[in-house]
Amino acid sequence: MKILVPIKRVVDYNVRIRVKSDGSGVDLNGVKMSVNPFDEIAMEEALRLREAGVASEVVPLTIGTAKAEDQLRTCLAMGGDRALHVVTDAEIQPLQAARILAELAKREEAGLVLMGKQAIDDDNGQTPQMLAALLGWPQATFASEVKIADGKARVHREVDSGIESLEISLPAVISADLRLNEPRFIKLPDIMKAKRKPLDKLELSEFDIAVPTVEIVKTSPPPTRAAGRMVKEVSELVAVLKDKGLI
Amino acid sequence: MTDEREVMEFDVVIVGAGPAGLACAIRLKQLNDELNVCVLEKGAIVGAHSLAGAVIEPQALDQLLPNWRDNPPEMCVPVTRDEVHMMSATGSFKFPITPPQMNNHGNFIVSLGALTAKMAEAAEELGVEVYPGFPAREALFNDAGAVIGVRTGDMGVDRDGKPKDSYTQGMDLHAKLTVFSEGCRGSCTKQLIKKFELDKDADPQTYGIGIKELWQVPEGRSEAGLVMHTMGWPLDSSTYGGSFVYHMDENRIAVGFVIGLDYSDPDLEPFEKFQDFKNHPKIKALLEGGEIISYGARAISDGGWQSLPKTEMPGALLIGDTAGLLNLPKIKGVHQALKSGMLAAEHIHETACSSAGYDAKLRESAVGKELKKVRNFRPAFHWGLWLGVLISALETVTLGLLPWTLKNHADHAQLKKRDPAKPRPTKAERSLAPRDRLAAVYFAATEHDEDQPVHLQVADTDICVSQCAEEYGNPCTRFCPAGVYEIVEEEAGKRLQINAANCVHCKTCDIKDPYQIINWVTPEGGSGPNYQLM
Repeated sequence: MKILVPIKRVVDYNVRIRVKSDGSGVDLNGVKMSVNPFDEIAMEEALRLREAGVASEVVPLTIGTAKAEDQLRTCLAMGGDRALHVVTDAEIQPLQAARILAELAKREEAGLVLMGKQAIDDDNGQTPQMLAALLGWPQATFASEVKIADGKARVHREVDSGIESLEISLPAVISADLRLNEPRFIKLPDIMKAKRKPLDKLELSEFDIAVPTVEIVKTSPPPTRAAGRMVKEVSELVAVLKDKGLI
Repeated sequence: MTDEREVMEFDVVIVGAGPAGLACAIRLKQLNDELNVCVLEKGAIVGAHSLAGAVIEPQALDQLLPNWRDNPPEMCVPVTRDEVHMMSATGSFKFPITPPQMNNHGNFIVSLGALTAKMAEAAEELGVEVYPGFPAREALFNDAGAVIGVRTGDMGVDRDGKPKDSYTQGMDLHAKLTVFSEGCRGSCTKQLIKKFELDKDADPQTYGIGIKELWQVPEGRSEAGLVMHTMGWPLDSSTYGGSFVYHMDENRIAVGFVIGLDYSDPDLEPFEKFQDFKNHPKIKALLEGGEIISYGARAISDGGWQSLPKTEMPGALLIGDTAGLLNLPKIKGVHQALKSGMLAAEHIHETACSSAGYDAKLRESAVGKELKKVRNFRPAFHWGLWLGVLISALETVTLGLLPWTLKNHADHAQLKKRDPAKPRPTKAERSLAPRDRLAAVYFAATEHDEDQPVHLQVADTDICVSQCAEEYGNPCTRFCPAGVYEIVEEEAGKRLQINAANCVHCKTCDIKDPYQIINWVTPEGGSGPNYQLM
């Protein structure tokens, strides 16, 4: 079975992001970029399935700028067999991404698509579900445990009331939650090997992504909180609260 | 955990992807494309741990990468004007002329992090293997005692030193020659200096701590290309130091403060002095209403010629600021780092990976000559600001040809014992962010997995709560610019708490601790600050 792992290049979770002064988005100049952490977890799970003999090939893929190759190489260094890169500078939205991924899943005859539940940059959390719908495949989202046997996947998902256990038939789309696993550390020789692993580049024009898109009108930082004021005693506090009409 | 480790073989392994290490790697591949060159870097990406003013002299960079100006690093501004001010608490006096070594005509203001990121790209294009996220934990030796490479740190070890599920053993990287370019007070370099007694003919190294912030300021405040330095307030005349204010493009200003770590007052807090400086009316007027983008700190070597250790040993070389090549009167080390890296590469190429003879070449080179000429500048300030200015002026007009060489003294030994009767300094009201060190560290975006061994090894924490508390009043809680050290009171008494996750890898504690019981070692790879444009 072949597993496709769609990944996204996103601003690293340690980076303190800043909104551009003209409100046109987030300033990404000189900022550390990484594999979306949920996608990294999906990648780890796919590798564990291959190591357990369930999968035969793990193929990370991405849709993004030429620089996103760095993140694909990271996935190859983790252990991916080969990679696919749809190269574009365009801002790709969830439905567009899902259409590209659906086409690639068919072309590759994938048995499973394992991906992060959401990207930490735009937090849409839509692509896996859209992808499953477009393919007409079953889906299991927010997975915290994945077991595969006899053409079926048993998936635990964390819900408010506890753990929900699903069984779905393959091929399917599974999206990974935070507690699914802890991704491995990459070893130096594997980084060197990853540089020589096959990485196919595809043109965006190969895909039909003509769908209505969402226009981002403005990005703005959360309002800053006004400075506090120290009061000396309870009576003063009460007076201030009364003054503000809060009590 | 066995001691059988995976080994990788290289011609040259370089420790640290700063300007020196990357210049060395690039030059090596330019001279011999066949060489197998690897650069290790402890930061998560190249540039994440690079911090400098930085005004750079471009000549060395022109030589190394002749086309760099066509595709300059982000935030790279030619210097248009220099100003030097003497500060008082409320006012300032502008020097009518700029001292010649502080004339920056033809130089550039850059972010060292952006520059090293660009250099790493150039190195990779030439075929250098650059590995960020992999710190060199220790040097490796053969039976004859020569350096044969380095061992990278283990990953996935818990706080008590036990392997976690994610445990990944470090590797041994063997090389015909290993080049250490760890920056000031490198942790491997420190071991090597001791083992090979590289400093036995040199004065003790001396240091400064530099703290820096990058600000986005309101329109009309910054004059791109203006370079301003100050002396005096808020330091007293017996403490060496000063500020820099560099005006970048796009309404950005880099502001920073450097304090000599030979300061004697155990109550001094470098961070507080810097914040006081920022709130001086002249500086506050630039920053107020703006937004801090980035914060960080780094020690610099300022011992110069007298403190220069031997820079070669069997199997290894020291280059850049880990050797202590910064030119203090110019307050610049990047060009020295680049030149020493290139010189090392040329030496390695000529000698087919031998270390012998590099030290002599370095001392006779422009790098060494530049240091020798200004050798008396820094120690003169040992007698205070005014005599220091006088003597350094004399040294400048005589081009360093006077026959004497003043001595350097170890910084940690300069701290005076605290007078218990003396009240602690009070903190002045101030309005600019960040309000304290914890708020500041947030802007360094520093990250360490909490479940890993503490990388600030304190040999004996009993001293902290007994002897040190009495003698010096725990200066570690004040000199650390990231609030790593804290004395907490519990029922059982006081104890030292090390908030290692806050560490910004500046190395000040390793240098200034009066008992020399703090040892800074590399944490898990990729930990530490994630500086943006520092």
